[in-house]
Amino acid sequence: MCATCGCGEDHQHFREDDREHRRHFVRADDHHHHHEDDHHHHRADRARTIAFEEAVLARNQHLAAHNRAELRAREVVAINLMSSPGAGKTTLLERTLASLAGALPLAVIEGDQETQADADRIRAAGGRAVQINTGTGCHLDAAMVGRALEELDPRGGILFIENVGNLVCPALFDLGEAVRVVIASVTEGEDKPLKYPHMFRAAELVLLNKIDLLPYVEFSVDRFAANAHQVNPRARILPLSARSSEGVPAWLGFLRDHSSSDRAIG
Amino acid sequence: MHELALTENILATITERLGDARVVRVRLEIGRLMAVLPDAMRFAFAVCTKDTSLDGARLEIDEVAARGRCRDCASELALDGVVALCPCGSADVELLAGQELQIKEVEVA
Repeated sequence: MCATCGCGEDHQHFREDDREHRRHFVRADDHHHHHEDDHHHHRADRARTIAFEEAVLARNQHLAAHNRAELRAREVVAINLMSSPGAGKTTLLERTLASLAGALPLAVIEGDQETQADADRIRAAGGRAVQINTGTGCHLDAAMVGRALEELDPRGGILFIENVGNLVCPALFDLGEAVRVVIASVTEGEDKPLKYPHMFRAAELVLLNKIDLLPYVEFSVDRFAANAHQVNPRARILPLSARSSEGVPAWLGFLRDHSSSDRAIG
Repeated sequence: MHELALTENILATITERLGDARVVRVRLEIGRLMAVLPDAMRFAFAVCTKDTSLDGARLEIDEVAARGRCRDCASELALDGVVALCPCGSADVELLAGQELQIKEVEVA
């Protein structure tokens, strides 16, 4: 560091009042300084540091706020469903749509890297659906959901947003949803909440799917719940089976509560 | 793998504000709880900035340690693992730091 100016770089000083241009030579460098009445050059002077202080995800958060306002105006409760691939999101949605059809307006945004298969399954179950193929993207973002909202044009009821199967990236991207739900299944490890704490920390409800398989797998619902509560003490945990329907009524009750409460409009 | 998505956001944010000004350095602040790997971030940054106004820019990452406050006993604690567990036994810990994801400063040539 330069003892004269403390600028942290090696350089030479020239003093104008020193006829001999006495040099305090530190290391041959591409800039030099003068202090007080001395002149003072830095090659770095041409570079300019700009304080940004901007959240990396500020753009997404801004668009998510737009979506949230739009959903509120439409009196739609949006539910962001997240899980790893194969936890049973689409099967649970099929079951849910079949049970609630006619009682509430229901719409679905399907996020997948490729194919229309899930949207086709949802339409076959009687729901209105748009598919977003994220291509290389590993999560949905607020801009994608905004475009899907225009296309779906939902009015009232519940909008399910089935995120891309991934327990890491979707946790970071607010979509403008009212509720975040994580689905895990008993064929995954009990330690999933500890391995993916960010995802479980952000969830209001944790669904533990495929409990019809409990007799065949080594999985303790209690240990899973304890792990989930370690990262998120406030999370509600609901074991169910989309296949056998066990536990599904509690999930439907959760949805009805949310769609009829103030949260539907706020 | 979300480092790529984050890098795309960083690029968009910077070029939106600075246009095509030549960027030589970017400093980020990343909380330890954000599941961001600095090495993966550097790799994504090098790939995404190729042939842009940020091509060759230096990426600096300040990692922020995670801290929390117990909602039961009100003591502050460092969070070094994924589980926020207060010595008093409570897991009900409010996060104070560790979730940062900020572009702190950008240097232009």
